[in-house]
Amino acid sequence: MIFYKRHREPGVKGWELRRRLGSDYPKVLQLLDEYLGNLGLTIKTVFEEDGSAPENPTIDQLDKAKFYVTLREELSLGDMKLVGWRIDDLAGLAVSLAYIISKGGKAPRKDLEGLLRTKLPGWRVDMNLNRYLRLGYLIEDENEQLYLGWRARVEVDQKKLIELLLEQET
Amino acid sequence: MSNKPRRRLAQEELRRIIEFCRSVENKGLNPFLVNVEDLISVIREYFPGLKNPEDLSLDAEALNQVASIIKMQSEWVKRRATSLYRDPFLIEEKLRSLPTRDLAEVFLKTWHPTVELEQITIGSLKTAMKYWESLAPLSERWREEELIKVKAGMTTREELIKQGILRDETFLSEIEKLWRELKEAVGAEGKIDYWDFVGAESYGETLRRAYLTSFLVTYGYATLEIQPLEEKIFLKPNETPVSKTDAQPFSFPIPVNYERWRQWREQREE
Repeated sequence: MIFYKRHREPGVKGWELRRRLGSDYPKVLQLLDEYLGNLGLTIKTVFEEDGSAPENPTIDQLDKAKFYVTLREELSLGDMKLVGWRIDDLAGLAVSLAYIISKGGKAPRKDLEGLLRTKLPGWRVDMNLNRYLRLGYLIEDENEQLYLGWRARVEVDQKKLIELLLEQET
Repeated sequence: MSNKPRRRLAQEELRRIIEFCRSVENKGLNPFLVNVEDLISVIREYFPGLKNPEDLSLDAEALNQVASIIKMQSEWVKRRATSLYRDPFLIEEKLRSLPTRDLAEVFLKTWHPTVELEQITIGSLKTAMKYWESLAPLSERWREEELIKVKAGMTTREELIKQGILRDETFLSEIEKLWRELKEAVGAEGKIDYWDFVGAESYGETLRRAYLTSFLVTYGYATLEIQPLEEKIFLKPNETPVSKTDAQPFSFPIPVNYERWRQWREQREE
């Protein structure tokens, strides 16, 4: 259930697990997480609203949360090719996400395009943004405003990204 | 100032407020750049002179936009108070100045890609094959859509005979034949699922049986047992036709559409 995609998105909701596994499903998830740890994987829990984890989540919050399987460890530049990304595309994604986070979770597409164009050719900017949208890293509304998509909330440690960026020497 | 120029001025001011608030919102500017009190005082000044519904709706829209700005101000304060908040200009500066390689390297330290499966299972292949087998050709499906467009209306027995849905036998004898069939079809429980009884190999035949069955119930040859929670309907034959003159009559519509028939047939094949 947790691995398969439904409507183009993998993962499973807490209430779905409760229906299949019973009310002890958080314990089952904990055991699964331990098992997946040996394979370099982990279970990522994304809570409703802003996705951040409450200190002691209630069963109701867990029921509404969604669970995914992600890589447990960090990737290195050498791993990048293995996951099918070019360095420019990955840097573009980093810029897009960090820019939107810095603007409080929402930014006009035109502003982001302008920022990306400082380092990428115009045709590539458009192509990349569409790819990020298609994969679920970004969402765009009818006013051409960009937001973080479901995949960004699952896969990216937003706080760490901002901290590491600010730590970098230029 | 006479009423007409004042009205025009009010409209212009209200539109200006709406546009201003919208641009702050869309550009993600600091909402504290907006002096909310000033805007409210302008809206208040013009409000008593507004009589026309169009002007009043403009006034409401302006007020709504100002409310959005107040909401943005509240969110702005909340965001600044979170541990995630860092000066956006500082971050933008970093994003502009860092080389591509460094940006990618930073990102890789914070990125944990999702693991997902895109695999066809034997089960899903089997379901897909079944679906394909039962899928009617496009020409038929398009014809169905045309049929759906026809408005619902009344029909007569004569018309059904003409269309070949009913055979030209005496109507009552057909009903009695079906009644005997129903008595034979029910098991020890004395009842049968509605769809298991009216359902037939073709949709046309199913419609014919559903039509006749409705008369079985109306004329007291059989009774409907409805289980709303399980969404099930059963037919129970009566030993002799029961007169319903004492009971309060009621109608119970049962949709017998093509999709439901196909679903029944698939379930039966499983």
